[in-house]
Amino acid sequence: MSSHIAVIGAGPGGYAAAFYAADLGLKVTLIDNEKNPGGVCLYRGCIPSKALLHVAKVLDEAKHAVDWGVEFAAPKIDINKVRDYKNRVVEKLTSGTGQVSKFRKVNYIQGWATIVDAKTISVKKADGGDETVSVDYMILATGSTPTKIPSLSIDSPRVLDSTTALDLPELPKTMLVVGGGYIGLELGSVYAALGTKVSVVEMTPGLLPGADRDLVKILAQRVEKIYDKIMLSTKVTSVTDVRSAGASAPAGVKVTFEGEGAPKEATYDYVLFAIGRRPNATIGGLNKTQVKVDAKGFIETDGQRRTAEPTIFAIGDVAGEPMLAHKASHEARVAVEAIEGHKAVFEPAAIPAVVFTDPEIAWAGLTEADAEKQGIKVEVAKFPWPASGRAIAIDRTDGLTKLLIDPATERILGVGIVGSGAGELIAEGVLAIEMGATASDVKLTIHAHPTLSETVMEAAEMFFGQATHVYKPKRKS
Amino acid sequence: MADFILPNLGDGVAQGDVLKVLVKVGDMVAIDQAVVELETDKATIEVPSDVAGKVKEIKAKAGDKVKPGQVVLVLEGAGEAGQVGGAAKAAAPVAAPEAPEASKAPEAPQAPKAPESIAERSKVVDIAAGRPAPAAAPTPGPMATSIVTAAPAAPSVRRLAREIGVDVSQVSGTGPGGRITQDDVKEFAKRVMNSFGSGGQAAAASRPAGGGSALPDFSKWGEVERKAMSGIRRKTAEHLSHAWNTIPHVTQFDKADITGLEAMRKKYRGEAEKAGGNLTVTAVAAKVIATALKAFPQFNASVDAAGEAIVYKKYINVGIAVDTENGLLVPVIRNADQKNLIQLSVEINGLAEKAKARKLTLDEMSGGSMSISNLGGIGGTAFTPIVNWPEVAILGISRGGFEPVWNGTAFEPRQMLPLSLSYVHRLIDGADAIRFLRWVAEALENPFTLALRG
Repeated sequence: MSSHIAVIGAGPGGYAAAFYAADLGLKVTLIDNEKNPGGVCLYRGCIPSKALLHVAKVLDEAKHAVDWGVEFAAPKIDINKVRDYKNRVVEKLTSGTGQVSKFRKVNYIQGWATIVDAKTISVKKADGGDETVSVDYMILATGSTPTKIPSLSIDSPRVLDSTTALDLPELPKTMLVVGGGYIGLELGSVYAALGTKVSVVEMTPGLLPGADRDLVKILAQRVEKIYDKIMLSTKVTSVTDVRSAGASAPAGVKVTFEGEGAPKEATYDYVLFAIGRRPNATIGGLNKTQVKVDAKGFIETDGQRRTAEPTIFAIGDVAGEPMLAHKASHEARVAVEAIEGHKAVFEPAAIPAVVFTDPEIAWAGLTEADAEKQGIKVEVAKFPWPASGRAIAIDRTDGLTKLLIDPATERILGVGIVGSGAGELIAEGVLAIEMGATASDVKLTIHAHPTLSETVMEAAEMFFGQATHVYKPKRKS
Repeated sequence: MADFILPNLGDGVAQGDVLKVLVKVGDMVAIDQAVVELETDKATIEVPSDVAGKVKEIKAKAGDKVKPGQVVLVLEGAGEAGQVGGAAKAAAPVAAPEAPEASKAPEAPQAPKAPESIAERSKVVDIAAGRPAPAAAPTPGPMATSIVTAAPAAPSVRRLAREIGVDVSQVSGTGPGGRITQDDVKEFAKRVMNSFGSGGQAAAASRPAGGGSALPDFSKWGEVERKAMSGIRRKTAEHLSHAWNTIPHVTQFDKADITGLEAMRKKYRGEAEKAGGNLTVTAVAAKVIATALKAFPQFNASVDAAGEAIVYKKYINVGIAVDTENGLLVPVIRNADQKNLIQLSVEINGLAEKAKARKLTLDEMSGGSMSISNLGGIGGTAFTPIVNWPEVAILGISRGGFEPVWNGTAFEPRQMLPLSLSYVHRLIDGADAIRFLRWVAEALENPFTLALRG
């Protein structure tokens, strides 16, 4: 008889685990409180935000078309239809996962799971009633939720987080985004494109802490034009409702700041908090098992994503950084293979990180900042997009492709790209790193012309001081 | 600026595993200060620096294999003593000093280092420890594991290695930039199997085929656990396989009547204890062998097969096999012929303690004339010990006990000690061997002969 696996949480980690286990012939129960598998990523994260970012991009291109001799009238935005479009995208994708879940004969239970013991789960079902599930293995894939700062949290419909911001309650005139990380910048640029005056406040001295500065610099140059105000090294000290006398609903949010160059206070129609995400490790009944949670709130696992309870695994956001869907779905396969007795281990050479701003920023493997911090000697080969024919043709020369190369072996250790479509281009970099490719390998691989992907090849050529479209001879060392 | 270059670690010690680097960047290092702890062949040794200065860079870390001649520390502001290091550098420059760590593909070791659970575990800890930033970090950080330390192998190659139990970081890649191919992994596994099956590469070369067949998948029949061999186990396996493969062994057996000896041993036991020793059968046997080697010089010799010569030793050092938690170790009593029984028993005690604590130096385990392996404390009626190459004979002792012995008129209960003598037939003939063994037996029966003939 095959083992019975229960997966708690049906995000890109959980449903990937459930589907793979089912494909391997295991009996699988998948539990989530949404109607269909999808999780934050499909319902409230990656996918809906990309639908809206697509709208933003079209708006932006239409505006720039005037430089190319095509002038459109000012767009009319029907926020309800924009929201509908986003909802259709979500509905299409989640009903799709629901369908393939059925095809695979996964026992999908919509409800809230509580652990009874290491082999038993009790589910409070969405349609009423309880169900008890006996299992051989559990995979915890409960994900994460937006971080809240208690002192700044007020119960107001005008204070949003990444989830409620995607609901597009209305089109505000002004908005403050708290947090200059990827969620804040992505959602901020959606609202900015739709016509909102968006300001960003970030505690650290730069946007996107963690990404290399040369990449961020190019993004920042464009972002500065789109946003009303970018306040760096600035803290939000208080958030209060603004209510006209006798009104039942608040009219705005008053925010006070602390930081150079920031106003003492300002009032916005809406405030969006995007300061990070916290793992959902407070699973009911977890204390009935050996599972351990670390100081940062992540469930502790080994390389196979096995927790301290040998039959329980944890994957995705709840099992550690980076909190990325593609990390979760790969961990899912490792955990299922481990359950099947294979020697699978999660040890990628690179996990790509993509910020879907415009331009996009993407990187994989070693960053320059990491190399410096760890004292790793690398040579950085950069190809600036103003030398790319395709970038010029689409009027998007605001880009840079760089490779971090081990000077001794010429191995590619890291790739960083900023520019239109960087999120797609990074795939080649990840493959290069995973395959242990050298700069010569990339240089000698024919890339189609004219594409932005050529910038990766030409960056490799730069390493040898022989890029076709840039004259920069290699230093004699 | 000068480098601390790993000095010669002793004869036949080609490399060591770094257990711990004892200094940090920025530390001041004095001459003779221990800077790195190594596990070599059979001992854990702290290697002292022969140069002084401030540590600028550390080029080895725990788990690395290092070889004599390799730069371990880069020091700045080194004094004149730096020349000592310079001399060593001239003698054996192995690694290009500026090559970064990752590019130094480890040489294929002689024995495998299968992924041990601990290693895997520690990898996990690394990932956890390296988790970037607090949960609230707003950016998707890249993976914390260092891309530089990862082996340059494609995911499919890493998977293959994992499946067949090869630590991919041990494989040296033949591809560009040291890239590891599937063939490299298979070749590595094959070589490991061969060196296992036939005991070391030297032997593998002389016996090309046969030992290399892969293990079946034991997990088909039940649970198994795979553990990497410890350094000691690895070296023992290699050393004994080499001995077994190159030495034409013969073993002869005899028994010594130790009824009288046992009485005397009891009588003088207190005296030895007062001095801090144990008057054991092993101690007595060491004295007997030390004396016998004087009478039989061909037992205190080595065969130089290449030079077609016999090397006779003018010193008498007796090796004592010690069973430790970590494996078999053979410390050597120097000039055993010049020591009395009390001295021998004290020294054996000391060496056994050190062996158990893994404190023996390589020096204390080399240069033996002949070895003794006493398993009598555990049991056995006889066994065939393997000669401790490059020695030419070994005395095995099994458990003694009372036996009926015909004294000419009647059976008499006598305490008999079973002896085994394995020797290199290349050098020693059967008649000589049994003469030697008889001599030993008679000396045990009547220690007076030691003074008489020794």
